[in-house]
Amino acid sequence: MTASIDRGIKALVEQIDAPVATFFTTCVHCGMCADACLFFTETRDPKYTPIYKLFPMRKVWRMEYTFWGKLLGKLGLLKGPTDEELAEWEPLVYDSCTLCGRCSMVCPVGNDITYMIRKMREGMVASGHAPRGLKDAMKRAIEIGSPMAVTPQTFQTVVRKAEEELGFALPMDVEGADYLMTLSSAEIAQFEEIIPAVARIFRETDLSWTLSSTGFESTNTGIQIGSSDLAKHLLERVVHTAERLKVKYVISPECGHAYTALRWEGPNLIGRPYPFKVIHIVELLDELRAQGRLKTEGFDEDRLTFHDPCQMVRRGGVVEQPRNLLNMFAKDFVEMEEHGINNWCCGGGGGVSANERADEVRIKVFSKKKSQLDGLGVSKIVTACSNCRNMLEDGLEHNNMDMEVVGLTELLAEHLVETKDKPAASGEQS
Amino acid sequence: MAKNETLGEVMRRQGISRRGFLKFCTATASMMAMPPGMVPAIAAALEKARRPSVIWLSFQECTGCTESLTRSHSPTVENLIFNAISLDYHHTLQAASGTAAEEAREHAMKENDGKYLLVVDGSIPTRDGGVYSTIAGMTNLQILEETAKGAAAIIAVGTCAAFGGIPKAKPNPTGAVAVSDIITDKPIINVSGCPPIPTVITGVLANFLTFGTIPDLDKYGRPLAFFGDTIHDRCYRRRFYDQGLFAETFDDEGARKGWCLYKLGCKGPTTYNACATTKWNQGTSFPIQSGHGCFGCSEPDFWDAGGFYKPLPAATIDVGGAAGVAIAAGAAAGAAFGLYERNRRKKAQSSHEPLTVDDLD
Amino acid sequence: MTAAELLNWARGPGLQISLVVFVLGMTYRVLQNYFIGRKASLAEARGSQWGPGIETVWRRSLFHPGMTGKGYFTLIAGYTFHIGFLVTLFFLAQHIELFKSLLGFGWPALAEGLIELLAVLSIAALVAVLVDRLVDPVRRKISDFQDYFTWVLTVAPLITGYMLVNGMAMRYTEMLALHILSFEALLVAAPFTKLSHMVTIFIARWYNGAIAGYKGVQS
Repeated sequence: MTASIDRGIKALVEQIDAPVATFFTTCVHCGMCADACLFFTETRDPKYTPIYKLFPMRKVWRMEYTFWGKLLGKLGLLKGPTDEELAEWEPLVYDSCTLCGRCSMVCPVGNDITYMIRKMREGMVASGHAPRGLKDAMKRAIEIGSPMAVTPQTFQTVVRKAEEELGFALPMDVEGADYLMTLSSAEIAQFEEIIPAVARIFRETDLSWTLSSTGFESTNTGIQIGSSDLAKHLLERVVHTAERLKVKYVISPECGHAYTALRWEGPNLIGRPYPFKVIHIVELLDELRAQGRLKTEGFDEDRLTFHDPCQMVRRGGVVEQPRNLLNMFAKDFVEMEEHGINNWCCGGGGGVSANERADEVRIKVFSKKKSQLDGLGVSKIVTACSNCRNMLEDGLEHNNMDMEVVGLTELLAEHLVETKDKPAASGEQS
Repeated sequence: MAKNETLGEVMRRQGISRRGFLKFCTATASMMAMPPGMVPAIAAALEKARRPSVIWLSFQECTGCTESLTRSHSPTVENLIFNAISLDYHHTLQAASGTAAEEAREHAMKENDGKYLLVVDGSIPTRDGGVYSTIAGMTNLQILEETAKGAAAIIAVGTCAAFGGIPKAKPNPTGAVAVSDIITDKPIINVSGCPPIPTVITGVLANFLTFGTIPDLDKYGRPLAFFGDTIHDRCYRRRFYDQGLFAETFDDEGARKGWCLYKLGCKGPTTYNACATTKWNQGTSFPIQSGHGCFGCSEPDFWDAGGFYKPLPAATIDVGGAAGVAIAAGAAAGAAFGLYERNRRKKAQSSHEPLTVDDLD
Repeated sequence: MTAAELLNWARGPGLQISLVVFVLGMTYRVLQNYFIGRKASLAEARGSQWGPGIETVWRRSLFHPGMTGKGYFTLIAGYTFHIGFLVTLFFLAQHIELFKSLLGFGWPALAEGLIELLAVLSIAALVAVLVDRLVDPVRRKISDFQDYFTWVLTVAPLITGYMLVNGMAMRYTEMLALHILSFEALLVAAPFTKLSHMVTIFIARWYNGAIAGYKGVQS
């Protein structure tokens, strides 16, 4: 069965639940959501108003779920969205929305617009209207193993390189380990320093952990393109691995949408609760810190700030942990004025960075992040999402801003107090 | 009564002094909001006024309007004016009765064809052919239509004649209607009130006698001179209303202090009449001054305005029961429709064909 | 029909009909939305739903970080309108008589002068947001017929009320009938338009807070 407008509308009908119906009923067209969306604030184009992005879905709601809408629809006085309309809305729903969640925080009547955009994407992709870049990334993820064309072989190569650097073997497919460490393909392809970093931290804290040759990639293009079916396909690789290895925890890496996919959407995608828990790497590190198992030495003298990845913080609930960790070793940690759950999106999440058509607009709206950083005087931006890292680097370069972007775990590992420099692998059960 | 005496001759015969007569003209002028310069004109006109023929028809009425008009304890100038018209037919006041009375009416109509004043009090029943009020075998409807033909003008005295009054109150079993519902081709002055203030009617008559014309009327045919302001506009308790000082019950502190009676159902704001200025019993008092809210007796349908003690903003129908049914019905319908939608959604979900990577192209 | 008859109708059958439509319609809307259903999440909760949901109901009324000048304008104008409208509706002595007749009890009133001032400010705020809706690009993009229709329905009771107490334009009886009918029109239209937000705002805010609260975030 191929994508079609009918399939798209059917998907939308499936997606409309009580909250969506309530939100559409309650929207008073005040337009305050626009000022929370960096795609509007930095372009001043009213088509980027968050609630406007949902207009085709609203049509479906009216016609299918309201009394008068149904009546007028049957009389032919009301029409549903057309294929052309969905095509017109595609850039609005995908190129100019990162699912950052800020609009949901400011709507005065309480609409969770992000919740609805995620659902609208189900209809968009089912009707065939998703960006080429995302579709290609989706195919790569399913057929090759990751959206960035990182294959299981690539992964093994990178792991071996890390082992060489570390001087000890890394646990791979260890059944019965407590923690399964997953990664994002951006980390494997670009920021592979993360692997030695976590390896050293886990050795030092005597953590029982393992990597896996099958479930190594937990980013989820399916969530970004908005197809629960495709997202489920990708997620199951990790879930089946975790179940096969009988781990207690699956660690979500420094990646925004991986956390959303694994932690919050996952069980609903597969239709059952997990037999394991999901924990964000930053959450885990903070737990270890709180337990006194994680110790750092020395200080980072650089004036630095933390960029809160939207999916981890505002939409994920891991808010205080990165700060706790940074405060262990950062001497000059300054917060942006709007930080934590009030941070502004980097502009690259939600599938935007995988979509070449959106390159121009996402670079343009980086001016919002720039305005946050202007006057802060930092030379380093710490974050905990590799997509944010890439976007930040792109934006800083484009704006000739001289700042370093670094991952939190990596940075922390630089200050790790290591007492267990054991030559043997620490992957055995503790 | 001599028909061809002028009013001046009548007054001299009665021993009314010139001074007393001019006092009346001044009072009339000021009551009708005319400038003092009009007084000589009124005096001159009334002096020479021939007593016009007046036929007074009483239909479905309580005789309160006649009582109001003619009640007096001593000869008053109102009575004099009454004597200045030739009242050729009036059930309560005429000496004649039976066929003699009807003959007097017919005679007056013939003699003064086109010139006589027709005064009507009481509403006109129309249901079942109008049998609910008949005189000498003729229905009120028939009498009115017949008598109005030769009238110069009609004065509908009292709210019954002006608007239908108490007989028209729900369920209006007699099909009572106002004079203006029957006669549409003659000038009609509505002097409403239940009953009207005596000086209001004499003022209207004086105007007619003086100028031979109908005074300025509001959109309901009532003389603006008396019905141009609301009771609320002229009420001496108005400042209490403005300050939010209301009597809550009939004998509470507020009531005793003479505070506004709005909350006790006063319809002053929607009632047009002269009670607050002219008052009753030669300016003695009026309902509000006596501690009872105005109940709007000069307005159409005042009997059906939801109750004299229900304040203007109050609901006049009990909505509690209906609201209860509405909640239940809305809840049931909402639940039903919602569950139907949920079911449809679940069906759509169960017949969901999963998207595959091939569908992306 | 005379003005008096129209007024009597408005105070009687008109009120009954409009209240029934309002109550039935709003109940229907709320329950229909509810029964469409929401699937419980199978993910492990970090926080609770009820508490955060209720907290968002009131917390969402506050100014939020990073608000722009336009945001301040919209919220302040919005509050001026809403507060003026609601205070006028619930604390004018004459209106309290209406509620007394419906509910069986009343409450103390506020001075009419104060309420008149708030009503005027409310009308001014409504005019301000209407102009904004017509002029601002974002609002132009997302506004439809309903937005302008409900604006008229909302401003009409305020304007007719003001005209009533100040004896403007029409006779009291006509003005009062118009005033009551304008409010009844608002009641009838409420369940079928965005005006239903007067009830559903609490539900939408609750969902918002609950969804975030589940993840341990206070929205």
